[in-house]
Amino acid sequence: MIALDGVSLGIGGQPILHNVSLRIDAGKVLGLVGESGSGKSMTALSVMRLLPEAATLTGQISLEGRDLTALSERQMCAVRGADVGMIFQEPMTALNPVQSIGDQVAETLLVHGAAGRAEAARIARERLTRVGMSPDRFPLDRFPHELSGGQRQRVCIALAIALRPKLLIADEPTTALDVTTQAKILELIRELVREEGMGCLLISHDLAVVAQMSDRIAVMKSGEVVEHGPTSDVLEQMQHPYTRALFEASRHQPNRTHERNGDPLLEVREAVRDYPLKRARLFGPRPSFRAVDGVSLTIQRGESLGLVGESGCGKSTLTRAILGLEPLQDGSILLDGKPVTPEMPADLRRRMQVVFQDPYGSFNPRHRVRRLLAEPFHLTGRPADMEARLVEALESVGLAPSDLEKFPHEFSGGQRQRIAIARALVARPDLIVLDEAVSALDVSIRAQILDLLVELQARHGLTYLFISHDLTVVRAVTDRVLVMRAGRIVESGETEAVFAAPRNPYTQALLAAAPVLPAA
Amino acid sequence: MIHYTATRLLSLTLSLVAASLVVFAVVEVIPGDPAAYMLGLNAAPEAVEALRDELGLTGSLAERYFSWAGGMLRGDFGTSFTYRVPVADLVAQRLWVSVPLAIFALVLSTLIALPVGMLAAARRGRATDYGIMGATQLGIAVPNFWFAMLLVVLLAITWPIFPAGGFPGWDAGFWPALKALTLPAVALALPQASILARVMRSALIETLGQDYIRTARAKGLTEGQAIRNHGMRNAMIPVLTIIGLQFSFLLAGAIIIEKVFFLPGLGLLIFQGITQRDLVVVESVVMLLVFAVILVTFLVDLAYAAVDPRLRHGR
Repeated sequence: MIALDGVSLGIGGQPILHNVSLRIDAGKVLGLVGESGSGKSMTALSVMRLLPEAATLTGQISLEGRDLTALSERQMCAVRGADVGMIFQEPMTALNPVQSIGDQVAETLLVHGAAGRAEAARIARERLTRVGMSPDRFPLDRFPHELSGGQRQRVCIALAIALRPKLLIADEPTTALDVTTQAKILELIRELVREEGMGCLLISHDLAVVAQMSDRIAVMKSGEVVEHGPTSDVLEQMQHPYTRALFEASRHQPNRTHERNGDPLLEVREAVRDYPLKRARLFGPRPSFRAVDGVSLTIQRGESLGLVGESGCGKSTLTRAILGLEPLQDGSILLDGKPVTPEMPADLRRRMQVVFQDPYGSFNPRHRVRRLLAEPFHLTGRPADMEARLVEALESVGLAPSDLEKFPHEFSGGQRQRIAIARALVARPDLIVLDEAVSALDVSIRAQILDLLVELQARHGLTYLFISHDLTVVRAVTDRVLVMRAGRIVESGETEAVFAAPRNPYTQALLAAAPVLPAA
Repeated sequence: MIHYTATRLLSLTLSLVAASLVVFAVVEVIPGDPAAYMLGLNAAPEAVEALRDELGLTGSLAERYFSWAGGMLRGDFGTSFTYRVPVADLVAQRLWVSVPLAIFALVLSTLIALPVGMLAAARRGRATDYGIMGATQLGIAVPNFWFAMLLVVLLAITWPIFPAGGFPGWDAGFWPALKALTLPAVALALPQASILARVMRSALIETLGQDYIRTARAKGLTEGQAIRNHGMRNAMIPVLTIIGLQFSFLLAGAIIIEKVFFLPGLGLLIFQGITQRDLVVVESVVMLLVFAVILVTFLVDLAYAAVDPRLRHGR
């Protein structure tokens, strides 16, 4: 129904896509996987012809016999939204914040002259109901900020399918969502494809999602499709070495030999953390929100403890309290028996370091690596052997001493995460908090960083608090796991035991929702 | 929305009280006796004493403040020392020139700036954009009185379409009065329009990079439709802020233009009040301007809420 034939794309002379050929049938899902920069999104935007001005597109993209590459911009506007609908990764920002959801869905019908105002509103109502946003619960005059991420993505789907397009392009539609929400959105997309007979191009970096959703899979690498075929064939045969490498990296299990020694390093006792909210009335009492509600946990020296939970469950708030950045309202946190508070002595603070999800955001772009790495010395004063320690930290994460003089933008995402780990190591901490530290990385880089973390743990006797929404990763690298929901720990235990036989219904739901790669 | 408006109203009232205290205090802390200061070095002691009485400078600090502030609330601004008429009347006359002039200039500036800014944003990085950016740079750099003189030479002397100066009053009819305000309004509007157009352009370009514009394009909107339907309203917050600031500025900042066109406006009144040491006039007009600025800020706050539902819903 839609076929890409020998599509190549260059932007400003830089080759982006090379000879991409794909086919998507009506009522079927084609999963397009690959790592960042492999050209997945550019393939989608080529179909939509929403490319930067300097782009040159060659080859054929035929939709029911019409070559889209030959259409004028005006003709393309008539195709977009009507014949091809598209949804994107970030539902939080994909909707206009100052327009009601009803208007945004109706607009698709109005710009194509498919309906008058009243009729468009009626169809918008019907389509929103179809995606699970029935107007009696979510009136059309709701604004995006009143909805959750999953609900917003449903609105995005409603406006993309308002005109019953022949092709739906979903570019990482669930990457920004929690696993349980992801499962529901994927289910919705699958139903819609089947019911409406649409073709669907599903783009994802997550092999498990693609494997579970697609009839056919195409694997992309550096702007080329390296493997393309029915899902079962691709998963069984994996003819291209890159496909195999991608699969192996996705379920990479670092070789953990390190032993925990049993005495407690960090103890959290009945921690409570309240946030003040806005006053409802001008002089009314100030309400507060309990983000962490009586949490107790112990991390043993040399252990890797996983903390999982969906967004808003309080895990980030708990992390900030553990790092001594925010005060507790009740309960206590002890590191090696000494109280952790925002006023704790610098030497205690030095013993806990943190690595965040987005290393680029946590580095000052105007500082060289030397200065970024030396930051923890604010806590301890500069040691005499500072230079040696910087080099040692950098080498232990696999970077060269010459990298000290470079700026953060000169590194790739994986290398920047190595720098962030080196910065944590420089202070010679006991505990490193890894807050979604590998979540933004491609699977192959993620596997390398996980190996690095395991190796550093063995070498330096480190203790890790591993916070993640990614259950696969947590299972691969932690000894024990805590499941958090609505400010409370609902389940805890040895990682393998919890994953193999979860007792709490919430943990069971979480594990059931997580897409799993079929065994090779 | 009620909560939002109530909060803004409360902050408006508090700012007004704070401002009145500051204005009052400034006159109080001027070294020496205001009456002696106003009359100059060679004044007779009896005259100073009489003026002190007239100015209400007798009594305790609190008494004086409350009688002054209370008078203001009733519309009694005191009597001008130089003009010997109630300041309220004096200011009212001037307001009939300054307020229409400020509104006229602001409307012109907005009408010029918004389309120009939109055009520059839509053609960003191309010749049209560079042309507009260059012109607005010039508009900001060149002082408005230079435009004023240029306009007089061209449109009042070479082609005598508009009067070169003076104000016939609104009694002379709507059109003659408006005609007299046209050249000053244009001269005031050009630099303001240049600033506003640049703000409009950068605010729009910022919104054009947002994800919802991409969503709109994926729905089938042309680039122009996406800018109009989705970009504009999101770009309005910074634009409204600048419009609010500009109105406050135009109300009292038109002094040089008033001078060039011989317009009896507020700016000139303050200027005369200061040079003639007429503290009653200065105090009252400053208070009035403070009130105008705070009121405009309040209106801009309400406009924010009208534009952005997130503010309405108190988040």
